[in-house]
Amino acid sequence: MTIQETISTEWRLAAFRQMSLIRRYEEHLYLLFLQGLVPGTLHQCQGQEAVAVGICSTLRRDDLIYSTHRPVGHLIAKGASLKAITAEIWGKATGCVGGKGGQMHLADFSVGAMVSNAIVGANIPIATGSAMAFKLQGLDRVAVSFFGDGASNIGAFHEGLNLAAVQNAPVIFVCENNLYAASTRISSTTRITDIADRAQAYGMPGHSIDGMDVEAVYRSALEAVERARQGRGPTLLEYKTYRYRGHSRGDPCGYRGNDEHQSWIDRDPIERLRTRLVADLGVAVDRLATIEQECQREIEAAVEFALASPEPTAASCFEHVFA
Amino acid sequence: MTTTAATSRMSMAEALRDAMRIAMQTDPTVFLLGEDIGVTGGFGGGFTVTLGLSDEFGHERVIDTPISEGAIVGAAVGAAMAGARPVAEMQYGDFVFCAMDQVVNQAAKMHYMSNGQVCVPLVLRLPVGASQRGAQHGQCTESFFTHTPGLKVVCPATPYDAKGMLLAAIRDDNPVIFLEHKLLYGGKGSRKESASVLFGTDVPTDDYEIPLGTVAVRREGTDVTIVANMLMVHRALSAAELLSEQGIEAEVIDVRSLVPLDIKTIEQSVQKTSRLLIVEEDHLTGGWGAEVSALTAERALHYLDAPILRVAAPDTPLPCAASLERVFVPSVERIVSTASSLFAP
Repeated sequence: MTIQETISTEWRLAAFRQMSLIRRYEEHLYLLFLQGLVPGTLHQCQGQEAVAVGICSTLRRDDLIYSTHRPVGHLIAKGASLKAITAEIWGKATGCVGGKGGQMHLADFSVGAMVSNAIVGANIPIATGSAMAFKLQGLDRVAVSFFGDGASNIGAFHEGLNLAAVQNAPVIFVCENNLYAASTRISSTTRITDIADRAQAYGMPGHSIDGMDVEAVYRSALEAVERARQGRGPTLLEYKTYRYRGHSRGDPCGYRGNDEHQSWIDRDPIERLRTRLVADLGVAVDRLATIEQECQREIEAAVEFALASPEPTAASCFEHVFA
Repeated sequence: MTTTAATSRMSMAEALRDAMRIAMQTDPTVFLLGEDIGVTGGFGGGFTVTLGLSDEFGHERVIDTPISEGAIVGAAVGAAMAGARPVAEMQYGDFVFCAMDQVVNQAAKMHYMSNGQVCVPLVLRLPVGASQRGAQHGQCTESFFTHTPGLKVVCPATPYDAKGMLLAAIRDDNPVIFLEHKLLYGGKGSRKESASVLFGTDVPTDDYEIPLGTVAVRREGTDVTIVANMLMVHRALSAAELLSEQGIEAEVIDVRSLVPLDIKTIEQSVQKTSRLLIVEEDHLTGGWGAEVSALTAERALHYLDAPILRVAAPDTPLPCAASLERVFVPSVERIVSTASSLFAP
């Protein structure tokens, strides 16, 4: 039996629900942002949902993920509390880290989502270290480091991948190659097309995969996760993907062409999965619409919870400097 | 019936090694990582501190890393957040600047950024101190860390403290920057530092901890308080003997912990002596001595009969030549003359 045959309609429906939740959450926040209602900064992941969902669907609750300044998709896919991350974005006491983090630093330790990191590439050696600790303790847990194409050019990438390889650490490096490091196109910073090619230099497997196909992400991740769990070491997985919105709030994407943008929207991971479910597997259109409505209600409840939550106390500014 | 705790004559390097051995024996989550620390047939790190530990605990717990300081500290952060207690070594303290993102943005902040939901119980060992190696292998780097909230910063001056403080640091739930002065290691054989001043003292062989956040009064005196750390403690003690010949009795306080800082004991000493001299090998401007000076002025200004003075390394990079290093590193003579100046009419 091949791995592909194990993908069930139920799995696809769950993936559809999670991707829809991420997409609709991000779009809901974007609309609130346009109305001036979202405090702080905003780095959104519309278009990249398949990577987050495909990867996290292969993980156990006790596996750890280390996300980035663009964390919402990863957190939702790992099962984080939507209310707690929303309250965090609004800087409330009920936020997942009590208002100390904000949009770039989301976490849910109950599901293995560590504090997302806003220093590009920094989580690569950190995830490696967690994986080394699992190995030392004889556990079969794995760690995942998410990062972008831009992070592949910072020193931490080189140091982290090399250390992970030489330590045979149970870690999976997930590069979301959305073609732009903020506004700078990858072709002007990197001479190779596939970041995955770099894996060979570290003596680990590397695969470049369509990041707009959640099933392809799932299959590739399953192999890498099992490899790590069985003690056979790390893998570099590169997913070609695209962020539909700007790098951060107030970025109108003047550096990208409309044709390019449209070509990626034409391959939208959610619509591709919808087509597969409806056309190939006979799932009723209404059933998917119901899922989307349920997502929307969950999102609105989370925002309502955040808005109604109290501000952190002044005293909390001074708490948790030391354990 | 009284019992006498067993002791053994240990150099600081041996005392530190003993601490790591006991920590690894008593806690399976403790492991070491660094460059050249466990290579079979190697030298046990730059200063022999980890010599033999890989034979005893295996290369899985005494991990020789690539020359990747950022990954050494980063991996320690990740391991600490995943339930281990890593002890990471920079071969020379100066190399930590390659890893400062991991120290400052990651290790120091993750407990706070998680709102107390994760701890980062790591120790980062940094050999520091001028030893005729020039500007990139001998800096005292304390103040880079004392300025960063979330880091504990400790700096033992004796083998006894080194062992007890390293055991306490490893078992502490916070990231601890552990500074070790190269001239205090007391290494033996070909790796011995030529200007070493401390070769061994009696150290208990059992498991003991010295609480972090404490200072030690090394010499009691009534006329001037001299606050110093690491090698400077020993120079301050030598200076105190010379001052005594002049009729000045110095109280010497070893600030073996800079964060947390026991300012209360320093304040009480100054209330007694009415004079304060701070001696540090760190640079003058913005050094930890400046903070001790400010705190003392804020808390005990009215007890002072003279200005607070500092003897520190100058605001220049560290030169290499022995003749220049003698100018750079605070000497016994400078301590004596500066202390004496506090009594000028």
